[in-house]
Amino acid sequence: MPRTLPANSVGIVTPQSLQVAEPLPLDCGKTFGPYELVFETYGELNADRSNAILVCHALSGNHHAAGYHSENDDKPGWWDKCIGPGKPFDTNRFFVVCPANLGGYQGSTGPGDHNPATGRPYGPDFPVVTVADWVRSQRILQRHLGIDCWAAVAGGSLGAMQVMQWSIDYPEALRHALVIAAAPRLSAQNIAFNEIARQAIVTDPEFHGGRYYEHGVVPRRGLMLARMLGHITYLSDEAMRAKFGRDLRGGRINYGFDVEFQVESYLRYQGQSFVDRFDANTYLLMTKALDYFDPAARADGKLAQAFAPALARFLVISFTSDWRFSPARSREIVDALVDAGKHVSYAEITSDVGHDDFLLTMPHYVRTLNGYLDRVAEEAGV
Amino acid sequence: MSTDPAVSETGELRADLDIISRWIEPGARVLDLGCGDGTLLARLMATQGVTGYGLEINPDNVIASVAAGVNVLQLDLDDGLSQFEDDSFDVVLMTAALQEVRRPDLLLAEMLRIGRESVVTFPNFGHWKPRLSIALRGVMPISRAMPDEWYDTPNIHLCTVRDFERLCRMLGITITRRHMVNHAHRSTWGMRLLPNLLGEIALYRLRRDPR
Repeated sequence: MPRTLPANSVGIVTPQSLQVAEPLPLDCGKTFGPYELVFETYGELNADRSNAILVCHALSGNHHAAGYHSENDDKPGWWDKCIGPGKPFDTNRFFVVCPANLGGYQGSTGPGDHNPATGRPYGPDFPVVTVADWVRSQRILQRHLGIDCWAAVAGGSLGAMQVMQWSIDYPEALRHALVIAAAPRLSAQNIAFNEIARQAIVTDPEFHGGRYYEHGVVPRRGLMLARMLGHITYLSDEAMRAKFGRDLRGGRINYGFDVEFQVESYLRYQGQSFVDRFDANTYLLMTKALDYFDPAARADGKLAQAFAPALARFLVISFTSDWRFSPARSREIVDALVDAGKHVSYAEITSDVGHDDFLLTMPHYVRTLNGYLDRVAEEAGV
Repeated sequence: MSTDPAVSETGELRADLDIISRWIEPGARVLDLGCGDGTLLARLMATQGVTGYGLEINPDNVIASVAAGVNVLQLDLDDGLSQFEDDSFDVVLMTAALQEVRRPDLLLAEMLRIGRESVVTFPNFGHWKPRLSIALRGVMPISRAMPDEWYDTPNIHLCTVRDFERLCRMLGITITRRHMVNHAHRSTWGMRLLPNLLGEIALYRLRRDPR
């Protein structure tokens, strides 16, 4: 679509790759490797190597956070609204790095890739990876790029969990932590939604115990259902009402079970298009990483104690219409950081859309990010 | 809060904030309730090396505080302060916000639970001008310290020096310092003799009664 790219776009970008030979120790007790980390970078690393920002992706994200892969690309990267020249993560000042997480699809090594040990795709043999495992691999990427300390690490949702983990596991390797639309751990309700999504996938007849690649099929229906369910939790009741209401596609009720309401049509479209760009095993792995994240569990159940090692300054942002990770969940993080005596600011953005608000650009949200990142830039000397 | 620009147009820190600064010990851990645009905290950080947080409800003020490099938490004082632990701060400050909260009595008690010491300022409704406004003209007073009409003012719990001090006695709070200033934030001899009649803005330094 964009024959001429927008002026505030990072433009055409090319993914880069790092082959890591040394196996990665995992929380599950296994090691994994060799593996490949795929990442993109935007902007220039300064001479002091002080202006690098790591961006961590969420459940359905990958390394492609901003810009376009070609002139015919119809969609930019997943956080393009916030990354680029003049945007909050201003690539005129910052060197932005976004890696794809292990276990992903069409990025870093994942379950669809060739397993050298067996000669077949990993499928169900891919180890269950955690947020801490991802952070450990991102640390290797940081070293590879010759960066001692990130100016900031930022992410929303599952990405924000990686940010918190960074601050705990590598306190000296980041100066600021931007924790957006986060929760300190999932609630029973959150896990319940994930479990339904996983059941939809694993009970699809085309799943074949996770070896569907070898059967030349994909569990389309299961993955589509998982995405439809997930999508409901990303949007607020209000946003769905505003977008679809009870509008009918054909203008009248047909007393049947075909798509009638606009919202049904929208969800089916979201589900179907997701199947074309995502992998079912990856969905299982990402939801498990979400379920397992619980830094307090390693600190006698006390989140403040879990944050004790952190040296970064924190910016925590929540959105009023987000019911998946509501503002109350962010305030748990803030309270723990205050109890631990850490530097933290907290902004609660009035919003309509829901969990996905963190990808958008409400004025208060952008101004808060700008105000904070201006100081990050100042400290970095850019 | 939002109507509380701490710095005059000439860039001088207001006299009342100057007095507050002198009441705060270097390196203190401070909680500032209704921190506005963060001016006071930023100044205390720079001059006295304090650490701590500001609480603020107005989003524009939150953004201004973030930009000023102040730790600011967007929280509503009316939701209470139960998340803060006992004695977790050296000083809990509240400038010109007491009269805006739903339960000043509960908040005051909370301030002295979580702080070893508190500093509170408010516009004194016992000043002779508000008294005259009601006694002679029969209308709610409007002044530099209280510029809004009765129907759109954020001030829902106005009080006098005498009211405030009675509440402190009831709550077991010791007043260690009191300072009165006028709307230009200057102090006069008259205010020391007749604080409730001549002082427009009251500044208090408070402690819990020794048990």
